[in-house]
Amino acid sequence: MVGATAAAPQDRGAGTSQTTARTDVPVLATVTFTVNGERRTLDLDTRTSLLDAAREHLHLTGSKKGCDHGQCGACTMIVDGRRINACLTLAIMHQGAEITTIEGLGQPDQLHPMQAAFVKHDGYQCGYCTPGQICSGVAVLEEIKAGIPSHVTVDLDAAPRVTEAEIRERMSGNICRCGAYSNIVEAMTEVAGGQA
Amino acid sequence: MKSFTYERPSTPAQAAAAVAGTPDAKFIAGGTNLLDLMKLQIETPRHLVDVNGLGLDTVEPTAEGGLRIGALVRNTDLAAHPRVRKDYGVLSRALLAGASGQLRNKATTAGNLLQRTRCPYFYDTAQACNKRRPGSGCSALDGVNRQLAVIGGSDACIATHPGDMAVAMRVLDATVETVDAAGTERRIPIAEFHRLPGDAPERDTNLKPGELITAVTLPKPVAGTHIYRKVRDRASYAYALVSVAAILGKDGTGHVAFGGVAAKPWRDAAAEADLPKGAKAVTDRVFADAKPTPENAYKLKLAERTLGAALNQARA
Ligand SMILES: Cc1cc2nc3c(=O)[nH]c(=O)nc-3n(C[C@H](O)[C@H](O)[C@H](O)COP(=O)(O)OP(=O)(O)OC[C@H]3O[C@@H](n4cnc5c(N)ncnc54)[C@H](O)[C@@H]3O)c2cc1C
Ligand code: SF4
Ligand code: FES
Ligand code: FES
Repeated sequence: MVGATAAAPQDRGAGTSQTTARTDVPVLATVTFTVNGERRTLDLDTRTSLLDAAREHLHLTGSKKGCDHGQCGACTMIVDGRRINACLTLAIMHQGAEITTIEGLGQPDQLHPMQAAFVKHDGYQCGYCTPGQICSGVAVLEEIKAGIPSHVTVDLDAAPRVTEAEIRERMSGNICRCGAYSNIVEAMTEVAGGQA
Repeated sequence: MKSFTYERPSTPAQAAAAVAGTPDAKFIAGGTNLLDLMKLQIETPRHLVDVNGLGLDTVEPTAEGGLRIGALVRNTDLAAHPRVRKDYGVLSRALLAGASGQLRNKATTAGNLLQRTRCPYFYDTAQACNKRRPGSGCSALDGVNRQLAVIGGSDACIATHPGDMAVAMRVLDATVETVDAAGTERRIPIAEFHRLPGDAPERDTNLKPGELITAVTLPKPVAGTHIYRKVRDRASYAYALVSVAAILGKDGTGHVAFGGVAAKPWRDAAAEADLPKGAKAVTDRVFADAKPTPENAYKLKLAERTLGAALNQARA
C-alpha cells in the first residue's frame, strides 16, 4: 500500500472571503510499478501525474503532454491492459500496475506492427500526437476484439467489427492537429486485417 | 495544484471515516474530473482518499430482478456488460456517447454521477462564479450561456449537470446507495440525488460531507426500445447540448428524460402520458416553466426535435 510520508500543515485560514493563505509543503510518497517490463520505484510528490512521472522522472519522453486535461490523448498509455490519459491520473495511484508507453511497444529496430503501419501509411506529420495515437490504436483493436461496443455500434448484442466508422469513433479521444486522421485509419485497418 | 496527503483504505467504512475525519478531504476514484479541477485550483483538497482499493467493482443481479452496479465499476465495463447491453440499452448508449475511450476506461459510476458542471466561468478562476466561490456572483447570467440551463436555474446559477450516464439512470429510476462514517446506509432515488441551484449552487447533490457512494441499483428492466440521442457540436468527444434518454414502445408510449437542460437530468413523469401525441405535446409540457436566455433558447426546439427523432426511431 502506498502511504504519504509527510503531512502538510493544516492551516485552516481565517475563513475570510479572500483567498486564505495556504503554505504548500510538498508531500512525498513512494510507488512501485512496472514500466515497459521493468520494475521501477519512485519517490514522488503526491501531485505527480503518471505522465510527469514517466517523462520527468523516468525520462521516457515518448508520451507527450498536449493539454494536461484529458482533452487531446497525446499522453495515452496502456495501463493494466487499458488505454488511459496519463495526464489525468496520479502516479501514486498505480502501485503494482503494468504500464506500457510507446517506448515499450517497439523500438526503431524492432517496430510494433502498429508503428510500422503508421510509417507505411504516413499516419503523422509533425509526430507530436503519434505516440498517443499508436498506443490508443493498439488498445482500440484489442477493445474491438474483446467485444466492447462503441457509440456507433449498431447492434449492442452483436460483436463489434473493425470498420472505418468504428475506428473513427473509438479514436476520437486522440486529436491530431496536423489532420493525419485518414492515414491513421488506413494504418489501423491494415493492422486489424493482419490480425484477423 | 495544491499539495495534499494521500491514503488508500481497503474498506468503505474506513474510506468514509477518513474523509469525515480529515479537514478538506475528498474521495478520488478515476480522478478524471477531480484532478482536472485540482490542476486549475478549482478544487483544493488537502487530503485524498483513494477509493480504488475498496472493491465495489462488480455488477450483480438483485433479488428484485434488477442490477446492482458497484460505485467503482468503470464506464467502459458498465457499457459493455452483457445484462446492461441486453436489458438497459439506454444506459450502455448513454455511457458510450460520453467522453472518450481513454476516459471511460478510468471513469467510475460514482465519479460520473458527481462530475461537476462545464460552465466556462466555473472553469475560469478569474471570473465570478457562485458555484466555485459562493457569493461572488454569476458571470454566466449575462455572459456566454449557450450551453447552460433552460429550466430549473436560479438568479444564482444556471449551470447544467453535463453528464450523459445520469440521464439514462433517471429514465431507469435508479437508486444511489451510500454509507457514511457512522456506518449508516442511505438509498437516494436518482430524482433526488442532484440538486437545483436555488441560492446554494455550490452544492451539486444532496450527498452529505463524507458520504460514500457504494452502488447504484436499477429496478427490473422496462420493456421498449432503449434510446439515447445526444446532440453536440461535434460527432464525438463533446458534451451534450441536449440529450434524450427514452424507453419507448411502437405506439409512442414510454418514458423520457432530458439532459443538457438543467442542473439535474430533467424528467416530468406526468407529461409522459402525452408521448403518443408526439414530441411537441410532451416538450411543451415538460418545458412549460423554462426560462431560457436569448443564447440558449434554441435548446427548447432542439429538445422537441431530438425527442421527435427518438419517437421515429422507436416506431421504425
Ligand atoms: C475531455 C473530457 C470530456 C468529457 N466528456 C464527457 C461527456 O461527453 N459526457 C460525460 O458524461 N462525461 C464526460 N466527461 C466527464 C467524465 O465522464 C468524468 O470525468 C468521469 O465520469 C468522472 O469519474 P471519475 O471516477 O474519474 O471521478 P473522479 O474525478 O475520481 O471524482 C469525481 C468526484 O466524485 C467524487 N467521488 C468519486 N467516487 C466517489 C464515491 N464512491 N463516493 C463519493 N464521492 C465520490 C470525488 O470526490 C470527486 O468529487 C469528460 C471528461 C473529460 C476530461
Ligand atoms: S452558471 Fe453557475 S457555474 Fe456558471 S458562472 Fe454562474 S454560478 Fe458559476
Ligand atoms: S495531455 Fe493528456 S489528454 Fe492531453
Ligand atoms: S501528427 Fe502533428 S498533431 Fe498529429
